[in-house]
Amino acid sequence: MATTDANAPTKASWIQKNKLSIAPWFFLIPALCFFAVYVVIPIFESLYLSLFEWNGLYRADGTSTAEFVGFENYQKLWTDPKFWVSLKNNVLWLFLFMLAVPVGLFIALFLNQTVPGMRFYKSMFFFPFVISQVVVGLIFGWFYNPDFGVVGSIYKALYCEEVTNLLGNLTTRCDGSPPDILSSAEYATYGIIAAGLWPQIAYCMILYLTGLNNVAVDQIEAARLDGAKGWKMLWYVVVPQLKPATFIAVVVTVIGALRSFDMIAIMTQGGPFGSTNVLSYYMFETAISEYGERYGYGSAIATVLFAIMLVFISYFLYRMYQDEKGGR
Amino acid sequence: MFPRPIAKASPAARIGYQAFLPVALFLWLLPLLAIFMTSIRTSKDINSGNVFGWPSEFKLLENYTAVFTQSDAAQYLWNSVLITVPTVLISVTLACLAGYALAIYKTRWALPMFFMFVAGNFIPFQILMVPVRDMSVQTGLYDTIAGQYLFHAAFQTGFCTLFMRNFIKALPFDLIESARIEGVAEWRIFWYVVLPLVRPAVAALAVLIFTFVWNDFFWANVLTQGEQVKPITAGVRALNGQFVNNWHLVSAASLLAAVPPVAMFFLMQRHFIAGLTLGAVK
Repeated sequence: MATTDANAPTKASWIQKNKLSIAPWFFLIPALCFFAVYVVIPIFESLYLSLFEWNGLYRADGTSTAEFVGFENYQKLWTDPKFWVSLKNNVLWLFLFMLAVPVGLFIALFLNQTVPGMRFYKSMFFFPFVISQVVVGLIFGWFYNPDFGVVGSIYKALYCEEVTNLLGNLTTRCDGSPPDILSSAEYATYGIIAAGLWPQIAYCMILYLTGLNNVAVDQIEAARLDGAKGWKMLWYVVVPQLKPATFIAVVVTVIGALRSFDMIAIMTQGGPFGSTNVLSYYMFETAISEYGERYGYGSAIATVLFAIMLVFISYFLYRMYQDEKGGR
Repeated sequence: MFPRPIAKASPAARIGYQAFLPVALFLWLLPLLAIFMTSIRTSKDINSGNVFGWPSEFKLLENYTAVFTQSDAAQYLWNSVLITVPTVLISVTLACLAGYALAIYKTRWALPMFFMFVAGNFIPFQILMVPVRDMSVQTGLYDTIAGQYLFHAAFQTGFCTLFMRNFIKALPFDLIESARIEGVAEWRIFWYVVLPLVRPAVAALAVLIFTFVWNDFFWANVLTQGEQVKPITAGVRALNGQFVNNWHLVSAASLLAAVPPVAMFFLMQRHFIAGLTLGAVK
C-alpha cells in the first residue's frame, strides 16, 4: 500500500511495505527462542543421544565422553524385561485411566442441578485436582497402609475381634493379615491407578460441568416432547453436544496417563520388584540412578515414550487442524 | 437442562437428592478428611489404630508447628514461591506477545508455529530431561532457583501461547482492522487495544500456571540436589523419609504443601475453570 502512496518517505517505505510481515516476528521471537532452547532443541538432542552410551561426564578439555553405539541401546531395550513390564503398565494406565472420562461425566450429571449450595458442592468435588500429585500419592499411600491406614482399619473392623488370652490380657485376633496393596506385585499398579483416577475424574467432571452449561435447552425440550428420556436422551442428544468437552477430557486423560510419574515415585518407586514401573519412571531411574548415570539408555527409553505420545499428539493436532479449517 | 431439574421432581426425590449430596461429598473426600484427622492426632492414637474414631487429644497447632520447627518446611515453601512467581510472570508475558502474533497476522507459517507450541506442551518430560539437565549443569543453573523457573517458564510458554492465541483469535478482528486503518502502530495496537481485552485470559493463565508449577515434582528432582533450593513437593518427600511412621507429621506437611494452590483455586475459581477448559468449551 505504501508503494502507491506518493507522499510516503522513501526511507520508511520498505518497513512500511512489509510492516505486516515483519511485526509478528518481534512479538514472536522472545517466546520462540526460549521455547526452542528448552523444548524443541532438547527433543532432537535426546533422539541423537539415544544412539550413544554416556555417563554424563566430560573430559578435562571439555569434550563429552559419549561413545557412539548406533542402535545398541534399542537392541538392549528389546531384551530388557524391565522395559516390557513398564510398557505393559503404561498400556494398563492408559486403559484404566480412560475410566475417568465416563465417571467424570456421571458425577457432572449428578451435580448438574440448581439446589442451594450447589456451587460449594461443585468446587468441593473438584478439590482433588488442585492438590499436588505428590500429596495425593502420600494420602493414598497412607490410606492403603495395612497397619496405620484406612484399609488396615477397615480390615480390622471386619475380620478381627478382641479376645482375652490365657494370661487374661486383651489381644486382637484376626483371620489372616490385612491386604498390603502397595507391596503386592499383583495389585500395586491398580492401587496407584485408582489413586491417580481420583484427581483425574475431578478434572473430567469440571470439563463436563462447563459443557453441560452450554447444552442447547431447546434441543433437550424438543427431544423430550418426542418422548426421549434417560439413557436415550443422554446418548443421542446430550453426549453429541458435549463433544468438545469429551475431546479435551480424552486429551488430558491420555497425556495424564502417559505422564504418570509423581505417584509412582511417591508410592512405590517402581517396586515391588519393578512391578509398578512405567516408562516415565523407568527412564528417570535409569538416567539418574545411584549406580551412575546412563544418559544414552535413558534417552532411548524416553524416545520410545515420545514415539507413543507422538501418535496421540498427531491425532490431536489433526483434529485441531480440522477445526481451524472448518471454524473460520 | 439435562438431567431434568430436581426442582420439578417429587418432593421426596428432592429431599432425597439434597440428603444424598453431603453423603456423596463425604465419600468423595474421605481420603482427604482421613488425612486431615490424622494430622491433628497424637502419634499414640495412630499407633493404637485409632483412624476413624474421635482423636483422644487435638494436636492441631502442636503438629503443624512441629513440621516447621523439626524440618526445613518453611524453606521449601519459600523456595516454591521463588520458583513459581517468576515462572508465571515470564511465561504469561511471552505468551501474550506470541499469542498476539499467531492470532492476528495471517501468514502461512502462523499455523505450523502454533502447532509447534501445542505439540511441545503435550510431549513427555523425559524426552527433555537429559539435555536440559546437562545444559543446566554446563551453564551453572543446576541446583539453583533460576535454573528451575527458567525451564518452567519456557515449558509453560507452550500452554500459555495455545491459550492466548485462541483467546485473541476470538476477539472481534474489526477492532484491530480499524486501528490499522487509523494508522496506529502495531505495538500500540497490541498495548492499547488487545492487552486490555485479554485480562481475563491473563488471570486464568496466572492461576493455572501457578498451580501447575507449584505442584511440579519431576523437575524438582531433575534440576536440584540440595535442600537449599528444593520446592515443597520435593521437600514433602524428603520429610516423608525424615518422619518415618510419624504419620501425623507427614500428613500435616502434605496438607501444608497443598494450601497455596487450594487457596488460589477458591479465590480465583471462575478464572481457574475457564483456564482448564483450554478456552475451548465456551
